[in-house]
Amino acid sequence: MDMVKVKINGIEVEVPAGSTILEAAYKAGIDIPTLCYLKDINEIGACRICVVEVKGMRGMVTACVYPVADGMEVFTNTEKVQKARKMNLELVLSTHNQDCLGCVRSGDCELQKLAKDYGIKDTKAWSGMNMEWPVDDSAAHMYRDNSKCILCRRCVAACGVTQGIGVIGANERGFETHIASAFEQPLDNTSCVSCGQCIVVCPTGAIAEKDDTDKVWAALADPTKHVVVQTAPSIRATLGECFNMPIGTNVQGKMVAAARRLGFDKVFDTDFAADLTIMEEATEFLHRFTEGGAMPLITSCSPGWVKYCETYFPDFIPNLSSCKSPQQMFGAVAKTYYAQKMGLDPKDIVVVAVMPCVAKKFEVGREDQSAAGVPDVDVAITTREFARMIEKAGIKFDRLPDEDFDKVMGEASGAGHIFGASGGVMEAALRTAAEVLTGKELEKPEFMEVRGTDKGIKEAVYTLAGKTIRVAAVSGLANAKEILTKVRNGEAQYDFIEVMACPGGCINGGGQPTQPASVRNFVDLKSLRAGALYTQDERMTLRKSHMNQEVQALYKEFLGEPGSHKAHEILHTSYVARPIKY
Amino acid sequence: MKKISKLPFSGTPEQEAQLRAWLEENGKKPGAAMPALQFAQEIYGYLPVEVLRIVAEGTGRSLEEIYGIATFYAQFSLSPKGKYKIAVCLGTACYVKGSGKILAKLEEKLGIANGDCQLDGKFSLEASRCIGACGLAPVFTVNEDVYGRLKEDGSELDAILAKYRD
Ligand code: SF4
Ligand code: SF4
Ligand code: SF4
Ligand code: FES
Ligand code: FES
Repeated sequence: MDMVKVKINGIEVEVPAGSTILEAAYKAGIDIPTLCYLKDINEIGACRICVVEVKGMRGMVTACVYPVADGMEVFTNTEKVQKARKMNLELVLSTHNQDCLGCVRSGDCELQKLAKDYGIKDTKAWSGMNMEWPVDDSAAHMYRDNSKCILCRRCVAACGVTQGIGVIGANERGFETHIASAFEQPLDNTSCVSCGQCIVVCPTGAIAEKDDTDKVWAALADPTKHVVVQTAPSIRATLGECFNMPIGTNVQGKMVAAARRLGFDKVFDTDFAADLTIMEEATEFLHRFTEGGAMPLITSCSPGWVKYCETYFPDFIPNLSSCKSPQQMFGAVAKTYYAQKMGLDPKDIVVVAVMPCVAKKFEVGREDQSAAGVPDVDVAITTREFARMIEKAGIKFDRLPDEDFDKVMGEASGAGHIFGASGGVMEAALRTAAEVLTGKELEKPEFMEVRGTDKGIKEAVYTLAGKTIRVAAVSGLANAKEILTKVRNGEAQYDFIEVMACPGGCINGGGQPTQPASVRNFVDLKSLRAGALYTQDERMTLRKSHMNQEVQALYKEFLGEPGSHKAHEILHTSYVARPIKY
Repeated sequence: MKKISKLPFSGTPEQEAQLRAWLEENGKKPGAAMPALQFAQEIYGYLPVEVLRIVAEGTGRSLEEIYGIATFYAQFSLSPKGKYKIAVCLGTACYVKGSGKILAKLEEKLGIANGDCQLDGKFSLEASRCIGACGLAPVFTVNEDVYGRLKEDGSELDAILAKYRD
């Protein structure tokens, strides 16, 4: 690679030719503020907060997109630069609804931080007449509040580029420019798939999940309710970030302790249900593989993906696994088997799910998800909402002891844990399918080819008991679109495909802790978070779903065999084709 | 913001075939969205959702992206023009002489808001900038006909509209 030498504020650094000033400065240990820039997906150079001076050049340049040249001398912090950035911020603030006290992003808002860093004393310096935008809270999973939007268009890139959907964008021009959907339709009347990727890239409080924590507090306060909580595989890998722990810290023990202190009657693990999902899905796969049925089989754990498939690729609905997602399987089992075991009326059980995902809020309200005649899951909250509850309860997260999940639905295998990263469901399913097919114990439970969060499409061919199985693990919906189009056109053949709506899988879900662009652009968030789960798996002796004793007990005492009639009634669901709206 | 038409779509299969043929040939070229919208507006006279869906499909972009472009450029209209296009000048000279009131009266009489078109496609109403006839302020036009020195109370409007009764 060609390298060039540049000086940033007098510090010499060597960087690959074609690097941006922003990248060179990072190497020199200097942060240049950014607002609109998101590496690879939103390189539009629009907000101009990143301006710097370059020796020998008249005007200032935008560091996020301007490439370095050999011998270039850059100054990132001159008086002129500071003035320009400050003015820029004042102008942004002039149209901004500065309601920090009541704002969901207060404390981790990129705009707020810049205003503070640049010492903006008069936040109303240029205020005048402003456009008034209604808050769009039509959808089940999120709301959009344009009064807090700074028009960086990061959400537009997440929706259009990363996900290949594009239901939000910039409408009108000049003073009237705003983010919305076609024909100003409310989000609920668009074909938004509820993935929430727009939320996690937004620097401000302009987009956020619908907060459902009040429902949880109310349930906890109700003495007639038996309230159980389940935490998704990826939560243990991300929750620590909300309490200033390093990215990639596995906080499973503290997470359980926190949930117990919040007052849940039982603290369970969605990973138990992940193992259960594998029992059903591996059975379904082997059945279709050997006896025929719509192939390739495609996973159905990710509700954003399921909605995408129903909307944009309805011809693949027969290929979707009929398995409910782990969240829903958990709820279904809690309100049937667990209720029976505990002598509880399912109506008195409240199942709360802590999820990396905002589409889970949509999923709890789906049809055909009520095994006991009441919804399988009552409330789905995101990692962020769960952290807010812990904060509000005054629980000192970092000082908590490590505790264990409760019995009956609290045991999980390493296979269940890795569900949280792209390729994890596939690997978990292969571990079980291989042992069922061969009748022998796997020598090595790792299926490395489907691991990794850097590639959106991973393919592999395995031979199990003399049979060739072609698999793909896909994450990010633009990648799903690519691969399904190929399958549809006969350009690619697979037997089993895992799809996760969010790039890298749940560890990067739309309900996960927000990280500013300064982190997103330079730190490999996805692999650090995924690493926490793979390490946990590696250290376990229980690494295969079918070895999970509590899952075995569930089949023995209640469900019978995987794929039995009863298992189908309780653990499986159906799908509907959805018309493309706006 | 641009006025979005509520009129039922009345495009013909011939119009659609014409647009699709153009898109077939040019839709996937870089920067095709603008000319595609121009061509579509030439065919239909305006850009309702039915038309934007065809353009989105033909250019491989999302409906919202196409809508964003259509609302960014002044030349595109999301609502049809009537057989008789009424444009009320809201330039400074006309405005101080009460053209705002005349616009309001016309909205009332025609039963449509500024930017709209009547359901039967007869009259459409819009506000315009100075048309260079300030001496006649306040002014409005019906297609090519100019009406000036109007009374603020709108008492002449019925007689003027009656001329376009066919
Ligand atoms: S978006 Fe940021 S700056 Fe705006 S009100 Fe919320 S916290 Fe404050
Ligand atoms: S939730 Fe996903 S599909 Fe919906 S607007 Fe946001 S990014 Fe687009
Ligand atoms: S909603 Fe958020 S991400 Fe989208 S343009 Fe506004 S500030 Fe940027
Ligand atoms: S222009 Fe560089 S971050 Fe926006
Ligand atoms: S202001 Fe109306 S014609 Fe000039």
